[in-house]
Amino acid sequence: MIRFILRRLLSTALVLLVVTFVLYLLLNVALDFFWDLRASTSPNIEALYESRRRLLDLDTPAIVRYFKWLAGVGGCAIGQCDFGIAWKSGQEVTEQLQGAIVNTIKLITASTIVAIILGIAVGMISAIRQYSGFDYFITFVSFLLYSLPVFWVAVLLKQYGAIDINNFINDPTLESWWPIIIGCVAMGLFWMGALGGSAKRRVITFVAAAVITFGTIYYILASGWMQHPTIGLLGVVVIGAGAAIVMTYLSTGLKNRRVLYATLITVAVGALLYWPLMNLFYYVDMNWLWMFGLFIVAIAVAVGIGLAFRGPDPWDTARTTSFTAIIVAVLIFADRVLQGWQEYSDDPAINNRPIATIGASAPNIDGDFWITNLDSFTHLLLPSIALVLISFASYTRYTRGSMLEVLGQDYIRTARAKGLNERTVIMRHAMRNALLPLASVVPVDIITMIGGAVITETIFGWNGMGKLFIDSLRQAELDPVMAYILITGLLAIIANLVADFLYAVLDPRIRVNA
Amino acid sequence: MSTDNDKQNALALDEVGDNAIESKETEGLSQGKIVLRKFLRHKGAMISIVVLVLVAIFAFSAQGFAGIPGWWKFSHTASGPVVNPGGAPTWSFANFFSLGDHPFGQDEIGRDNFSRVMKGTQISLVVMFIIGIVCLIIGTVVGAVAGYYRGWVDSVLMRITDGFVILPVIVVGSILGVLVGGANGPLLGVALGCILWVGLARLVRGDFMSLREREFVDSARVAGASDFRIMFKHMLPNAMGVIIVNTTLIMSQAIVLEASLSYLGFGIKPPGISLGQLISEYQTSFATRPWLFWWPGLFIIVIALCVNFIGDGLRDAFDPRMKTIPSWRKMKKAERMAQKEAK
Repeated sequence: MIRFILRRLLSTALVLLVVTFVLYLLLNVALDFFWDLRASTSPNIEALYESRRRLLDLDTPAIVRYFKWLAGVGGCAIGQCDFGIAWKSGQEVTEQLQGAIVNTIKLITASTIVAIILGIAVGMISAIRQYSGFDYFITFVSFLLYSLPVFWVAVLLKQYGAIDINNFINDPTLESWWPIIIGCVAMGLFWMGALGGSAKRRVITFVAAAVITFGTIYYILASGWMQHPTIGLLGVVVIGAGAAIVMTYLSTGLKNRRVLYATLITVAVGALLYWPLMNLFYYVDMNWLWMFGLFIVAIAVAVGIGLAFRGPDPWDTARTTSFTAIIVAVLIFADRVLQGWQEYSDDPAINNRPIATIGASAPNIDGDFWITNLDSFTHLLLPSIALVLISFASYTRYTRGSMLEVLGQDYIRTARAKGLNERTVIMRHAMRNALLPLASVVPVDIITMIGGAVITETIFGWNGMGKLFIDSLRQAELDPVMAYILITGLLAIIANLVADFLYAVLDPRIRVNA
Repeated sequence: MSTDNDKQNALALDEVGDNAIESKETEGLSQGKIVLRKFLRHKGAMISIVVLVLVAIFAFSAQGFAGIPGWWKFSHTASGPVVNPGGAPTWSFANFFSLGDHPFGQDEIGRDNFSRVMKGTQISLVVMFIIGIVCLIIGTVVGAVAGYYRGWVDSVLMRITDGFVILPVIVVGSILGVLVGGANGPLLGVALGCILWVGLARLVRGDFMSLREREFVDSARVAGASDFRIMFKHMLPNAMGVIIVNTTLIMSQAIVLEASLSYLGFGIKPPGISLGQLISEYQTSFATRPWLFWWPGLFIIVIALCVNFIGDGLRDAFDPRMKTIPSWRKMKKAERMAQKEAK
């Protein structure tokens, strides 16, 4: 295995080296290093050309310059990175990269997680309801998403997702009820298609989903929730209990009372810890390390509760309770973040327009851990939606395809024949095998997402790698462009390696012969 | 759940007699005929072909092409007097049947948006087809050679494709766009075609690797056929499905890529015109003149969606495992008919 990985690493590293070499030469031909001097009427124009030539070392042949650049990059191995300078702004590339890498990783991680969860859920339902109206609808939607140009969606998002919502927050008057009614009917139809069943059940699902949607929207509008969004203890308990029931239903079925009680107790413990946690957040300055630690504690407590219930399969209970605990933990975290909403939106830098359209964070905002996080989330919202829309379609299609393939296998028929109920067949037997190939798709899809991020970052003014690349390419700055290519290439290599490795580890049928 | 069970029973019943029905249906038909028949039955693909052809005919005839004048009264470069305030469209839902002079509106200097969108559609379609053709040629040849000869030829070619896969297409596309972008659409198409062929080449290679072990290749070799003849006369027709389907899917990717590059300013630049370039030019006027933004975007989506559906239809048609399963309603109807007959 190690030999296989090393060999792959070496061969792809060589490929990357060749790619950077070819692109370096290509960029030397393509970029016009004197674009700002072309229209100049300055009397000392010759001297300006000469100094530019000296600044960029253009008298040296490009091939030699490439190796000089490579030597600088190679310095990373001994801790002295030299990616060169962006000549237009005079900044060091290493300096430019620091913030950019973090921003891009933030954006891509957020979008990937959301896209994977949504894509898998919708893809699975679509496969289970193959050839139903729901399935055709999802197929159509995913084709539509494939065909959508990101930049076009992004402009629409800016208008309707940010400007209009901000206007609405400041002046909450409803012009017409039609969008809400259409929304309720659409939600009703969606859940009707997703849950399926007999005609009577479908009608019940439709009505229930529409009424619940309407109730939620009505509550949000009537109580002024948009102006003061909060979850609160009550929200944590209600949503947590709902999550507990859904989790139990999906993992062991509601008939298993032991698991149901265990998850409900987990939610109760979470609710009991709500005030102590709020006090902790108030008195102690938080950071991500604290958050991570508390998260681990939450999961550990949940596992403890699950195991304490004993029963024939305690680890199943523990798994369900820990999933529930994750949801409760996220709820409490979100609640604490939202508590800063008023302060955040009153900040002069925000000026009561909380949904941001530009940048990765508001300038001049000062606040504690919670305020900066809220700021970061409001900025993440729109660019991640734009990115999720792209890869959601491919995850849905992929999950659907692989789920259908698994459902056609003999062992699924055996599972059904021995009398297992449909939930066990799908969640236990089919889903795990259907998700296996995803391990090799996700890393590759991340590369596509990095490509999509180039456009998204440019439109939303998100100071990440993609924007750096496009800006530098426009300004004919060779060094930052090369740094982008190198880092993206490295990421791609790592992603592909991880894909191969995961696949080989997860799927025992795959043998790696080095 | 009773309906679900019924459906499953019906499916199971269908499976029993399936082979018999299928062999009866395809009796005496060539492979090409079977594929064509399946494709013609795919509703989504058929609708898409009609829409795509209509859009193409409309775009090419309205603005004229290659020196032939079109029937639309305005050209995409000429500016005229602004008719409605702000250049709003003269065509609306309120009076649906009167197009007026500027059905899609005008921009701030009075250029007719309809003629610009039509011209942009032309160029985008041309670029899309050029990309498709270039990919088809490079991808097929590289894949065929790599899969047929294997050994070091294969290793070298596959390392080259690795190099293309490492970077996102849009990144390499922008760099090539800086080199060849500008008003010239076809040149950009060729350049983009040179980076999109990779996936196709890998698939063709896989197909060729399995095909070369088949008996008909051996017999062709024994009969003294040259490598070239074996590859392109004997093996290629067997790989046609993969090639056609994937070229179509590449083309749907291509039109969005071209639009994105033009949007970023590395593709087609003014005075050249394409759908992405139009959106790029008008994005700031979304609040004041939304029609300048909506129409080009709508055409990109329609074209890409149609090509995607055609690709899907082709994939289903070429897939021998794919069976056309009649809808649940149709099967119920057939069941009822059968029961009636039995009585």
